[in-house]
Amino acid sequence: MSVRRLAPAEIQPPSFAFSAENAVWAGHQIAKYPDGRQASAVIPLLWRAQKQAGGWVPQKAIEHVAEVLGMGYIRVLEIATFYTMFNLVPVGRHFVQLCGTTPCMLRGAQELRKQLVGRIGPEKTVSADGEFSWAEVECLGACCNAPMVQINDDFYEDLTPESLDKLLDDLAAGRPVKIGPQNGRVSSEPEGAVTTLTDSTLYDGSVVGAWRTRFEQEEKAKAEAAAAAAAAQAEAEAAKAQPATPATTRPEQKASDSPAKRVAEGLPPVPAAADHAASAATAPEQQERVRGGSEAPATDAGNTGDKPKG
Amino acid sequence: MPKLIVDGKEIEVPAEHTLLQACEAAGAEIPRFCFHERLSIAGNCRMCLVEVKGGPPKPVASCAMGVRDLRPGPNGEPPEVFTRTPMVKKAREGVMEFLLINHPLDCPICDQGGECDLQDQAMAYGVDTSRFHENKRAVEDKYIGPLVKTSMNRCIHCTRCVRFTSEVAGVGDLGAIGRGEDMEITTYLEHAMASELQANVIDLCPVGALTSKPYAFKARPWELTKTESVDVMDAVGSAIRIDARGREVMRILPVINDDVNEEWISDKTRFVWDGLKTQRLDRPYVREGGQLRPASWGEAFQRIAAKVKEAAPDRVGAIAGDLAAAEEMFALKLLIDALGSPNLDCRQDGTVLHPELGRASYLFNATIVGIEEADAILMVGSNPRREAPVLNARIRKRWRMAGGLPIAYVGEQMDLTYRAERLGAGTQTLGDLVNGAHGFADVLRKAERPLIIVGQGALSRPDGAAILGLVAKLAQATGAVNDGWNGLSILHTAAARVGGLDLGLVPGEGGLDARAMAEAGALDMLFLLGADEIDVAPGAFVVYQGTHGDRGAHRADVILPGAAYPEKSGLFVNTEGRVQRADRATFPPGDAREDWAILRALSEHLGHRLPFDDLGALRRQLVEAKPLFGAIDEIAPGEPLDLPAVAARAGDTLDVAQLASPVDDFYLTNPIARASAIMAECSALARGNLPLAAE
Repeated sequence: MSVRRLAPAEIQPPSFAFSAENAVWAGHQIAKYPDGRQASAVIPLLWRAQKQAGGWVPQKAIEHVAEVLGMGYIRVLEIATFYTMFNLVPVGRHFVQLCGTTPCMLRGAQELRKQLVGRIGPEKTVSADGEFSWAEVECLGACCNAPMVQINDDFYEDLTPESLDKLLDDLAAGRPVKIGPQNGRVSSEPEGAVTTLTDSTLYDGSVVGAWRTRFEQEEKAKAEAAAAAAAAQAEAEAAKAQPATPATTRPEQKASDSPAKRVAEGLPPVPAAADHAASAATAPEQQERVRGGSEAPATDAGNTGDKPKG
Repeated sequence: MPKLIVDGKEIEVPAEHTLLQACEAAGAEIPRFCFHERLSIAGNCRMCLVEVKGGPPKPVASCAMGVRDLRPGPNGEPPEVFTRTPMVKKAREGVMEFLLINHPLDCPICDQGGECDLQDQAMAYGVDTSRFHENKRAVEDKYIGPLVKTSMNRCIHCTRCVRFTSEVAGVGDLGAIGRGEDMEITTYLEHAMASELQANVIDLCPVGALTSKPYAFKARPWELTKTESVDVMDAVGSAIRIDARGREVMRILPVINDDVNEEWISDKTRFVWDGLKTQRLDRPYVREGGQLRPASWGEAFQRIAAKVKEAAPDRVGAIAGDLAAAEEMFALKLLIDALGSPNLDCRQDGTVLHPELGRASYLFNATIVGIEEADAILMVGSNPRREAPVLNARIRKRWRMAGGLPIAYVGEQMDLTYRAERLGAGTQTLGDLVNGAHGFADVLRKAERPLIIVGQGALSRPDGAAILGLVAKLAQATGAVNDGWNGLSILHTAAARVGGLDLGLVPGEGGLDARAMAEAGALDMLFLLGADEIDVAPGAFVVYQGTHGDRGAHRADVILPGAAYPEKSGLFVNTEGRVQRADRATFPPGDAREDWAILRALSEHLGHRLPFDDLGALRRQLVEAKPLFGAIDEIAPGEPLDLPAVAARAGDTLDVAQLASPVDDFYLTNPIARASAIMAECSALARGNLPLAAE
């Protein structure tokens, strides 16, 4: 960062006032704050003034905002110079903010920088046709799509020098451009094939409530095991000579055997043994849940729908 | 009050104190840059770090940590603060190292050298080398007015100046633009600051970033002889320190006096010193053939004596000016009494205040400290910002303290740096207030301690007596004068006025007042003791005793060169009736003499030798005649205000014209200020005759 000053007097517009629409908008912003705290609206108003003035804040805009809010000029100047997103000098019609912070830098922001210097010119200068200017900024928060630029209000991500060049060509020619990743990615999904969270049951609602059934089944197995153990103990006491065998507290399950998987395979979410238990113990609530799940737009929920209601 | 232990010493301080104040109370010295007693707390310099047991486990900025935020120990032991542990020293050394990273090694050429907080504290916490190998920060210097020179490389971003201008001066001129390392203190687009108190930022700046422009490179602090004295530029009587080198006054600084000026002085008080060197009367002059020519003291005295002999006693008169000390006014009164003349006045602006109604009828009865207790303020014909900026700062302080204190004024539209409602233009509104027809009368009535400030703008008009009567009636109607509170306060503009009224420098029986004396044909012989604010019509033989070639000297037939206020010891009574002694810092130029001595010498030539030979004898007689002058720095308790008597003065015809402050140009109110080039520049700037920004 460096010292920021207002633009030289010769390029400052002679006057500034909010347009009728913006004045109404400013009034709404100011009305958000209690009486005597109108100065709190200074950042929204400056931002709107920057938009109205074509992407930068002229001196007269600072003075106008100060007058609207009843603040000293210096107080508004302090804010306009503090926040670097207030541009104090004119910018191009397309103002390119190149992210140069670590992730983008590692992913090739320097290449984009070279491209911008070559195409537009030095940083913070407007190209001769007034179309473009650019500035390197700190992290814009799109690190998973690095490297990226912000042009006016939109992010353009996953850039290469070539795609940036094409993007700027399109913008200059007024052709429609795609906002977001420029390499075919969908938002910040992995590049190429999807490798995680591919299980479609995650998205069809069938797993809703499945976890509860599983725990109930475990409970039941536990109770059965306890009963078996008690019976065995009684037997042992009767026999006396036989040593007690440890009770299995958990029914054996295959590692790949999960309710979600079973649903995906078209089976009930829990093995048949749990079916009558569910209807006996917590039947209404449980079945309600299962049905609720089946009513959600899902690709494969027929198996639960087959079950008798109630 | 919570107890705490500072460096092993147990003390009790009020809960709202900060740790820094608590440490000071315990006698521990805490270095600081950004903290200032009279400004809000910023906590951004980090120099005041201390170690606290019962607080956060890290060095604590003592200026921003309250005593009430400390925790007692597990068994209820008081929290402990350490200011001299190795951790504290190391922390402060770290802060100092960071401050010095960007601070230039300017000390040999810096005006702050010798009185620089950073220099002093670097002696204790600085290291002798720098570990910083990169380039130092460079900041462009800013133009912020004709009085304050900037050297922004030296700025350590304490923001004291920003806080002062927005909080005390109330103008919000200075600000900090940019951020981080690039933060810069400046005014908006380098316009000049627009406060009468702006130069106080020079004293507040802990480094040499803001220094005095007129004093730049003139002297070093250790070369100067420092004399504590009293200011005479307005009737507030601010405590000042006059720094002189040899016979020359080099600068004037404020001295802390919580009863009067806290620690601020106005720009006029501070920078009038260059007027002490120009336009001075350094020898007697006599007028011959329409031209003034230098003369000897003897010749001048003989000329006066001859005229006095010719004139009948009641055709002789004297007017005391605005800067006269009590001693010379007392001597003048003795002399005029001895001559048998009733024509004596100290009220050259024609104010109606008169000692016959008691001392309370012409004092700022609420006192300056009392402003902080007022709960409603009405100003009549006064603009305190121009007449007494320091007092205005006190009103602003009260306004900020109270948060919505009702303040109103009657008179011309004005910007007082705080919100004040304009009730109306003149006597009509005042009448409405008395009748209760105006809403603000209710506010005053409901207030417990209403303060009514009456200015000379109201009292020096031809209908001044009637206005004073009206105001007294208003005070009666609103209960502004009650037990323990006297809110009827007169704001004077002349440093000599209250002293003159105390001494009874008003016309005797059948005598003429100042305005009448100045009229054509009223007198044969008129003696002006530094009276420059009055036009004397042609006719009378005028003797002017004073310091500067100003209006009085231009009219004079004989000029007796006197001593200006830093050149004599004298008593001044401020607008609240506080007697203060100004001390001599230097000597009058050339043949000029102290004023009481001139009068004493003149009395001999006139055949009425005054009965004292030195200042001590004069003071003894003065105190004997008026005992209140014996209590220096105190307000002599006077008789209570006889409000009905003052109110009875109403009834004269009232003028409906708008009330206005008598001070039209703050910077040019007296002969010394008018001789000052700095004041002339400030005046031109304030009037818009100079470009606001440096181009």
